[in-house]
Amino acid sequence: MLYSALAERVRKNKPVVLLTVIDGPNTGATLLIAPDQGKIETLGTLGNAELDRVASRDAIGELEAGRTSVRNYGPAGQVTPEDLQDTPVVRVFVESFSPPPQMIIFGAVDFTAALARVAKVLGYYVVVCDAREVFATKRRFPMADEVLVTWPTPVLSERGPNLGARDAICILTHDPKFDVPAIQGALATSVGYIGVMGSRKTHAKRLERLAEVGVTKPQDLARLMSPIGLDIGSRTPEETAISICAEIIGKRVGRNVPSLANSEGPIHR
Amino acid sequence: MREILGDIDRWRAQNKRIAVARVVDIEGSGPRDPGAAMAVNEDGEVCGSVSGGCVEGAVVAEALEILKNKSPGRLVKFGYSDDEAFAVGLTCGGVVHLFIQPLSW
Repeated sequence: MLYSALAERVRKNKPVVLLTVIDGPNTGATLLIAPDQGKIETLGTLGNAELDRVASRDAIGELEAGRTSVRNYGPAGQVTPEDLQDTPVVRVFVESFSPPPQMIIFGAVDFTAALARVAKVLGYYVVVCDAREVFATKRRFPMADEVLVTWPTPVLSERGPNLGARDAICILTHDPKFDVPAIQGALATSVGYIGVMGSRKTHAKRLERLAEVGVTKPQDLARLMSPIGLDIGSRTPEETAISICAEIIGKRVGRNVPSLANSEGPIHR
Repeated sequence: MREILGDIDRWRAQNKRIAVARVVDIEGSGPRDPGAAMAVNEDGEVCGSVSGGCVEGAVVAEALEILKNKSPGRLVKFGYSDDEAFAVGLTCGGVVHLFIQPLSW
């Protein structure tokens, strides 16, 4: 069954795209496309083999871009305006199911639990990482998808290549032993958001330590949202979590949000 | 769709007939993006949503009609004071296009 295959892949966070004819011949027909380790599995049909082939090719592109859209074809997969003259139009809804975005949180502190909770509400796959095994426990962070007892460097060398514009790294530890390698590792990825917690004083000292290990490029430092979050006067871990996630949303869509990193003055008044 | 899989699975296990409504396109301001989905079973039970609560009632009526008529599915448009569409509209002023079909796949 097509639905079962779709549900299984969505639940396992595997990419899949569902095509549905929403207007024209064979309205209601569905085709499921599931890329799997270089191979592409298909299930169902839109009613014509050539249409299936052309629409599948387009659907893979939409899936890779994480886009959901409506595309128009001729009944036999025609796409050019000349070929589409005098034919009925088949409108196909191309629905991409991309794996959820990831948030990696370094530092197992009180703010971590609140941030992990809010991130889960927003649909993130949440990973919590801290080298101290007394703190990094699944019991303290039941909402996290993974809790790792390790250092930032191995985590980011392993997972960093998979991070992209939709993903976020939040560094909540104030420990130089931990946050400097976490920042170095994060800067080596194409992750869309890097937030680093700390007061303005902590931030200034951290910049010195980063300079000592050679992190000085303005374009690198500009990627660091530090102090982390928006200037909304948040105090509790929960309020801070909201301010961090709001900053992530604003940055992702390119809005000019009031980030603490771009303002001056006390964080708490 | 992700958030309604659990309810759909439960209804399927009970052999209920199910219709799925998905946002396929929006014009102007719309509360939910393409892909937002709700499902309605033959008893009129509902899960998920396709707007901010503005059109869900009308979608249930349409979904039940589609299940009754064994229709393969149809496009439905809801807009602000749109005479062609239903008597309900989106207060945000946008237009939302839904595709409603029986979950026969």
